[in-house]
Amino acid sequence: MSWFIQTCRSSLGKKYIMALTGLMLGGFLVVHTIGNSTIFWGREAFNAYAHHLHSLGIFVPIFEIGLYSIFFLHVITGVILFLQNRAARGEQRYEVDKSAGGRTWGSKTMPYTGAAIFVFVLIHLANFHFVEKTEILTISDVVTAVLNNPGFTLIYIVGMGVLALHISHGFWSLFQTYGISHPRYDGPIRNVTWAVAAIMIVVFVLITLLLVVSQNHLLG
Amino acid sequence: MASNTINIIVKIWRQNGAQAKGQFEDHALKDISTDSSFLEMLDVLNEWLARKGNEPIAFDHDCREGICGMCGAVVDGIAHGPEKETTLCQLHMRSFNDGDTIIIEPFRTKGFPIIKDLVVDRSALDRLIQAGGFVSVNSGSPQDANNILIPQNVAEQAMDAAACIGCGACAAACPNATPMLFLGAKVSQLALLPQGQAEAKARAINMVKALDCEGFGNCGNERECENVCPKGISIRNIARLNREYLKAQFSYDE
Repeated sequence: MSWFIQTCRSSLGKKYIMALTGLMLGGFLVVHTIGNSTIFWGREAFNAYAHHLHSLGIFVPIFEIGLYSIFFLHVITGVILFLQNRAARGEQRYEVDKSAGGRTWGSKTMPYTGAAIFVFVLIHLANFHFVEKTEILTISDVVTAVLNNPGFTLIYIVGMGVLALHISHGFWSLFQTYGISHPRYDGPIRNVTWAVAAIMIVVFVLITLLLVVSQNHLLG
Repeated sequence: MASNTINIIVKIWRQNGAQAKGQFEDHALKDISTDSSFLEMLDVLNEWLARKGNEPIAFDHDCREGICGMCGAVVDGIAHGPEKETTLCQLHMRSFNDGDTIIIEPFRTKGFPIIKDLVVDRSALDRLIQAGGFVSVNSGSPQDANNILIPQNVAEQAMDAAACIGCGACAAACPNATPMLFLGAKVSQLALLPQGQAEAKARAINMVKALDCEGFGNCGNERECENVCPKGISIRNIARLNREYLKAQFSYDE
């Protein structure tokens, strides 16, 4: 297996890890978006969705452990890349910090949006995952309690904006990392990147705003 | 037609060696012809410095016609200056305005230690080429023309990659300080051609290994490199390197 470890440790290998785990996290996010959109149909639909998800039994913890592993692999590799890249630049930086036209807001802020998303995920899990849910206090009640708090509303909307920025570079970048680049579809991939980021974020932000406008949407 | 002249101030980096502390030095230059090249402007400055008994500014240059890859500095934050697809020697003073302050810095990345002023040690790129090894070619009697058939479009792509002059601007402009465009171009020019196929896998693996030994960073697909490349090399070549390396690691027989 030494060739495999050698590959993973190389500069390109670390990018392959980032791209693959990023794609998997993106895939999870798509499922999460579709699942959460049941909120639009009200309390019953959303609770039924949560109930169905938890009736998968042993697959739930297996899936959770897998997801945590992928998430931490993405975070740890990202931190290593950030530190290595910073060291490679050297101490003396350019007097004039200027882009020649390649960088985007998304690409420029990748490590920082990544760190912000990490904090956001911790808050998110504390809000909805690591809280006790019962027959009476269902997920709908928990969501209502959290999103009716203006502070959390702001955190969720800002969090989604940061996530969109991260995806706006990440989704295109992962294709480039795996060498999937051709003049015929490089442009379309960039457009799809924006569309994917926009659709997911619009759904999540709409959910957040729905709970602001109609505070009892999930209570009834 | 009489040529125009401009008065400028150059703010230029002075440093005595890799370990020495550097600083900027300001010089006002009068009546610089807009027809002169950027390096000729530096020549004028050096003449003037020498006449005053000061040490001239060290900068790399050789052919001064944009094909050797020797020159290069970061001008106002952009490697090789504001003109697209142009080496520093082919940049002309007509790209600047009267009264401009021009900030000139060396290529800064840990992989290119500063030798003096604007001169940096780019021998790391030579070591990458060495790691790439050889290409097997027929050294017997001359072959008939067109014995190895290469479609025109493939030949063109290989030539586009081979246009790389190894100036190192890609690493200088890279926010992660890595010459990945250089490596992509060097791997691509041979990976595209039949002559390079026999050693393609070993070449990709060994060149990436060599890159990682030089203290460069990791490609973040920021696309700054292709925007400063004086030869307009596309990051498609980095994508090809990514493919070649992945393919090689999963299928190379030692």
